[in-house]
Amino acid sequence: MSLINWVDRRFPATKVWNEHLAEYYAPKNFNFWYFFGSLALLVLVNQIVTGVWLAMAYKPSAAEAFASVEYIMRDMDYGWLIRYLHSTGASAFFVVVYLHMFRGLIYGSYREPRELVWIIGLVIYLIMMATAFFGYLLPWGQMSYWGAQVIVNLFAAVPFVGEDLSVWIRGDYVISDATLNRFFALHFLLPFVLAALVFIHIVALHKVGSNNPDGIEIKQNKDEQGIPKDGIRFHPYYTVKDTVGVGVFLIFFTAVVFFWPDVGGLFLEAPNFEPANPLKTPEHIAPVWYFTPFYAMLRAIPPMFGSQFPGVLVMFASILILFALPWLDRSPVKSIRYKGGIFKFAITLFAISFVILGYLGMIPSTRVILGLEASFWAQIFTGLYFLFFILMPWYSRLNQAQPVPERVTA
Amino acid sequence: MPEEGVNLQKRRFLTTTTAVVGAVGAGFAAVPFIANWQPSQRARAAGAPEEADISGLAAGGLLRVKWRGKVCWIVRRTPQQVSELQALDSQLADPNSLASRQPVYCTNPHRSIKPDYFVAIGICTHLGCSPTFRPEVGPADLGADWQGGFYCPCHGSKFDMAGRVYAGVPAPTNLEIPPHRYLSDDVILIGTDGGDA
Ligand code: HEM
Ligand code: FES
Repeated sequence: MSLINWVDRRFPATKVWNEHLAEYYAPKNFNFWYFFGSLALLVLVNQIVTGVWLAMAYKPSAAEAFASVEYIMRDMDYGWLIRYLHSTGASAFFVVVYLHMFRGLIYGSYREPRELVWIIGLVIYLIMMATAFFGYLLPWGQMSYWGAQVIVNLFAAVPFVGEDLSVWIRGDYVISDATLNRFFALHFLLPFVLAALVFIHIVALHKVGSNNPDGIEIKQNKDEQGIPKDGIRFHPYYTVKDTVGVGVFLIFFTAVVFFWPDVGGLFLEAPNFEPANPLKTPEHIAPVWYFTPFYAMLRAIPPMFGSQFPGVLVMFASILILFALPWLDRSPVKSIRYKGGIFKFAITLFAISFVILGYLGMIPSTRVILGLEASFWAQIFTGLYFLFFILMPWYSRLNQAQPVPERVTA
Repeated sequence: MPEEGVNLQKRRFLTTTTAVVGAVGAGFAAVPFIANWQPSQRARAAGAPEEADISGLAAGGLLRVKWRGKVCWIVRRTPQQVSELQALDSQLADPNSLASRQPVYCTNPHRSIKPDYFVAIGICTHLGCSPTFRPEVGPADLGADWQGGFYCPCHGSKFDMAGRVYAGVPAPTNLEIPPHRYLSDDVILIGTDGGDA
């Protein structure tokens, strides 16, 4: 063990290992919902490894991009595998992160003292969205092109400076070679920013300790050695448990990669198998599924005063409002287990609204459902989405909470 | 740290001024990086005017040309399409193009220099998709009232045969008309009109 001693005198290797793994005490009652943090990390590593490999053959120019992706797919050994791991990984990333965030919502993990853990997580989510948006332009298909056109034009709706702002983002008057090349640079960069933020997220978490399905602070109940009675060492207990989670996840993930990489147009959209054509928009355009709830909210708001800006504001507000969550929830308890019926009803309605908005964002806004246009339904569910947050200070206090146990339950 | 004999006021002053000077320096250092994202000289030069030969364009047909990377349409309207424009005024958001962008010489009922030839930038004023040319009258999907025009597949905006937007759709204004002029009866120059209108 002299080598590790030699290192430890120069770099706190053992100290870091103990602090974050071997002697990090996590609540012993973690359940299914607690797999998604480590899975998100796994998917991030997958994106970085497959992304760097793709970048070795990908050509970020309008003239060559589409053909270079086809070349990766058809002419390079296992190129198809690396590309499908990357494109499926992008969707898997959002699946895992949405479940991870929902876990936080139901168990009150955003509440004091974990406000910063929640906020750093939201910054990670925003940067993930930016990364996925930049990445989606790279294959330079029809959907890449027109999707980017629509999203960049959202910025053009900003009063006064919008037009100049969108030209500045594109580096041209239309989505062009200049735009593609810079989006590639940003797409390459941001995942490394994400990796740094994930580190900060975990440092913040380990400072305050993990929450758990009971929403109890295990640090309030320590034994003589100062170890939480309801805590177990992260390593080996949770490292082993998470490994099983990884195994199960990989079964589903690889099944999609090998047998159904486009998921019927959900993960890879059909118009993207056609090269970008600046002269013609596809018949129906929609973003990839993970953006559609926000897209539905954008379309739900009609133009006002001859400007699309109100819809853009609502769309950004729908994400920014999550930052206020720690201060909106006034319930005396953290976990949904001990919250009353009002909160359970509110959160169910919220989850349903989000999923329905996701569906509405995929279909044409003029499609008629139950006698009314999709855009009308989008208005209803956008309203419900916001009411969950805006009314929370009241209903969370009204909410009849049940007694919270001293110690975690099985 | 021993604090006796330290002039705290002076220390605060020095700390603040250093920080402010540093921030100003950082601000200046950011300028090249931000300015670098502007369109390059080459991208700006690509705004050169584009000539379009319209001799082969049949009545009722549409020709696409690219100017500044944007798609421009030249439509040769039939006399009937021109005469029907006025009847639609009540259904439009800006029938007289007061809030829309077009050169002065196209601020007229048919929004063009010559009534039959209509030139426009084929980009929806909503979020920039390129609307589909739908010249047929009363198709099933657009309704029996449809008199021909442009339909944007992205969020359902509708425009008439003069690129005027219908009321109640997402697009706020009429399709933009680029500066252009006739070099001869058969050739249109898009991107400049000679004057500075
Ligand atoms: C947060 C992590 C990442 C996400 C969410 C992400 C997402 C995406 C998406 C959605 C696409 C389009 C997929 C398609 O339709 O083919 C894409 C393409 C691409 N990405 Fe990433 N990516 C990530 C990390 C990276 C990294 C770290 C690199 C390189 C260092 C990279 C390099 C590429 C390349 C070269 C392409 C174009 C090839 C292709 O379209 O398959 N990505 N990415
Ligand atoms: S871009 Fe045409 S309707 Fe939205």
